[in-house]
Amino acid sequence: MKLLSFALTIILTFFLIACGGDQTERKTTERERPAQKEQAPDPRGIGPITQVELNEPLDPNMIRRGRAISDVKCATCHKYETEERLVGPGYLNLTNRRSPEWIMNMILNVDVMLDEDPIARKMLEECLVRMPNQNISEEEARDLLEFFRHIDEEHAGVRDQGVL
Amino acid sequence: MKNSIFIIGLSILFAIAILSCRPQGPGVSATGDAASKVYVPPGEHDEFYNIVSGGFNGQVSVVGLPSGRTFKILPVFSVDPESGYGFSEETKPMLNTSHGFIPWDDLHHIAISTTDGVHDARWAFANANNTPRVARIDLTTFQTAEILEIPNSAGNHSSPFITENTEYVVAGTRFSVPYGEDADVDVPISTYKENFRGAITFISVDQESGEMDIAFQIDAPPFAYDLARGGKKVSGDWFFFSTYNTEQAHTLLEVNASQRDKDFIMAINWRKAEEYARQGRGEIIKAEYAHNIRDKNSHITTSTMKEEVLMLDPTELKDIMYFIPCPKSPHGCDVSPDGEYIVGSGKLAALIPVFSFSKMIEAIENEDFEGDVNGMPILNYESVLYGEVQRPGLGPLHTEFDGKGNAYTTMFVSSEVVMWDLKTLEVIDRAPTYYSVGHLMIPGGCTAEPHGKYLVAYNKITKDRYLPTGPELCHSAQLFDISNGRLELLLDFPTIGEPHYAEAFPASLIKDKQVRFYRIEDNTHPHVTKGPAQARVERDGKTVRVYMTSIRSHFRPDNIEGVFVGDTVYFHVTNLEQEWDIPHGFAIKGANNAEILIMPGETATLKWLPDRVGIFPFYCTDFCSALHQEMQGYIRISPAGSDVPLTFSTGE
Repeated sequence: MKLLSFALTIILTFFLIACGGDQTERKTTERERPAQKEQAPDPRGIGPITQVELNEPLDPNMIRRGRAISDVKCATCHKYETEERLVGPGYLNLTNRRSPEWIMNMILNVDVMLDEDPIARKMLEECLVRMPNQNISEEEARDLLEFFRHIDEEHAGVRDQGVL
Repeated sequence: MKNSIFIIGLSILFAIAILSCRPQGPGVSATGDAASKVYVPPGEHDEFYNIVSGGFNGQVSVVGLPSGRTFKILPVFSVDPESGYGFSEETKPMLNTSHGFIPWDDLHHIAISTTDGVHDARWAFANANNTPRVARIDLTTFQTAEILEIPNSAGNHSSPFITENTEYVVAGTRFSVPYGEDADVDVPISTYKENFRGAITFISVDQESGEMDIAFQIDAPPFAYDLARGGKKVSGDWFFFSTYNTEQAHTLLEVNASQRDKDFIMAINWRKAEEYARQGRGEIIKAEYAHNIRDKNSHITTSTMKEEVLMLDPTELKDIMYFIPCPKSPHGCDVSPDGEYIVGSGKLAALIPVFSFSKMIEAIENEDFEGDVNGMPILNYESVLYGEVQRPGLGPLHTEFDGKGNAYTTMFVSSEVVMWDLKTLEVIDRAPTYYSVGHLMIPGGCTAEPHGKYLVAYNKITKDRYLPTGPELCHSAQLFDISNGRLELLLDFPTIGEPHYAEAFPASLIKDKQVRFYRIEDNTHPHVTKGPAQARVERDGKTVRVYMTSIRSHFRPDNIEGVFVGDTVYFHVTNLEQEWDIPHGFAIKGANNAEILIMPGETATLKWLPDRVGIFPFYCTDFCSALHQEMQGYIRISPAGSDVPLTFSTGE
């Protein structure tokens, strides 16, 4: 009899596990919450740009193209020749504060940067408006960088101090 | 002993364990499993797009199948204050006609473009039933791209059916009417038989741009043209139209148009007609109609009035028009996937005649005629008939096909869908609908390659199927599983407006081709504002144009002064966003029209006539960011003739 009870227990356990297993296998559709990563920030930011080759002297064609893109897609929120914040921070001293890689990643990969890059996240806490993805190509982002370098050269007297 | 009890117990418990964990058998799944068959888990997509006519709301619903969820109501023939369609300066011309601006119509049928008879889903076409028009919807933007008015027509019901390579869209008139100059059309109604005509319009479609144009019209007898289908494959050169009121009555049609035993399915050899049109063997007649096209880059619709059409006379061009007798006021005339069978649904008949295309050609070649309509041959019924589906139900309306040799016909009076074998003409299954089914639809079910998995019945009466909402109820749709050789009801779902016809196609055809935003670089709107440096206000006499940008989350300019009562103000708002799903809205207090929703990269214009002195706020109506509530501004309106200078600013 004891043996039978024992067998029953085992079988019932099996039964429960078998059915329970089915439960746990059920597809979970809730999104995994991203872990709040508290690692040392990468001064290059997060995104496709790992290394930027800077040219000397500045390329006037790139500056012109960068300014044209900024005039249409960025200038409603960023002032050019000052650090003063409008919606986002002004451009002045941008290349002295951040690495060229970080600047381009912020433009090209803004949603991930705002979620995961500690500096970008801190800025979002101040500005409260997420910088929009303006669908800018890598080449265009490089032109924008040249325009930022030009602003610093002209109005800060020094540029590229953020280079790593 | 103990051992045997143990073994028996073990076996029983194992059996229980196995049975309770096994997937449920097919016997149970017909009803018990229905929910999981239509369940699309959060984050996953439906298998089919279902493009559904909205009937009297003049719009089109975009629905997912099998879930039955509605994703979008896209405005076509009716104004839409939500998006500004028909209210913004850019979209008003889309609703222009020879009668001027018309804010509403009755949209009955959908045709999804095909290549070789198979859905390519480049465009959806839709008909306006009341003031005859055909619209083309771009399925990469889900916007109405073009509307063409149909002259000499009155009640564009037999439309917008297409040829198998979308060479032509047809528009057959439901009401025959007289046409021509004033003297031709100002006639007593009682002279119907002498003076009324039934125009059948063939609209050509440019294979690259989709642009429509009236290629020719055919001057058909004064019948009522109800529905139509293009042939496919073997019958690809032909088009079939159902007719009623071949009695040519002009009053109390309920009785007077139901006198004859048989009306006709009219067969048109459109290839021949096209050839005659190319040879100019018709008459150019005066006909005023509007042609409205939305430009892809400026997003501005231009309306052009056209003045003439080419009319072909089928009594002279002998070999383009034939009549097949069909019992009792046929409604649907549907062509099987192989193009061989034409199913006529006499809505007052107790049977469904199935005609054979090859027998029709044979009858034409043998001149096997039983009479004529104004000299155009009536083919012998028996010679063209493949067979009749006996006792299918009451009030057959429409037929679709599953590509596995079966046809499905809706029965309005007996409120059911009947499944029958296309070869043996025997009824296989029937399922009740709740209630009074009109059209039905199988994904690809009117094409050469149906996806015979689901069937949707669009019902006219809903009664007790949902929570009641006063005297007017939504129209219900019902989804059936037809993959198991029978009709299994899976789902009831509510619809918007009154769906008539609908089509569905695999989502994979267009899902990855969707436009996510308009490139601001490509915006050629004459009043675009490409960046804040161009944001400004200009005055020209009493016209004030505001060149405004919007981006998360402010307008530029957002303070405007020096505008007076009596001015006409145009807000040209450019959305500078270049990101998917970030439209901005614009609304201003006291505007006698609507808001506008501006898609990323687009420019839209709201016209405003300030009627009193004061400060008027404007704001963004489409939640765009955490500071959306701050996206607002003021315009100061001063008395007419005052000397307040024109100024504008942002952040000062």
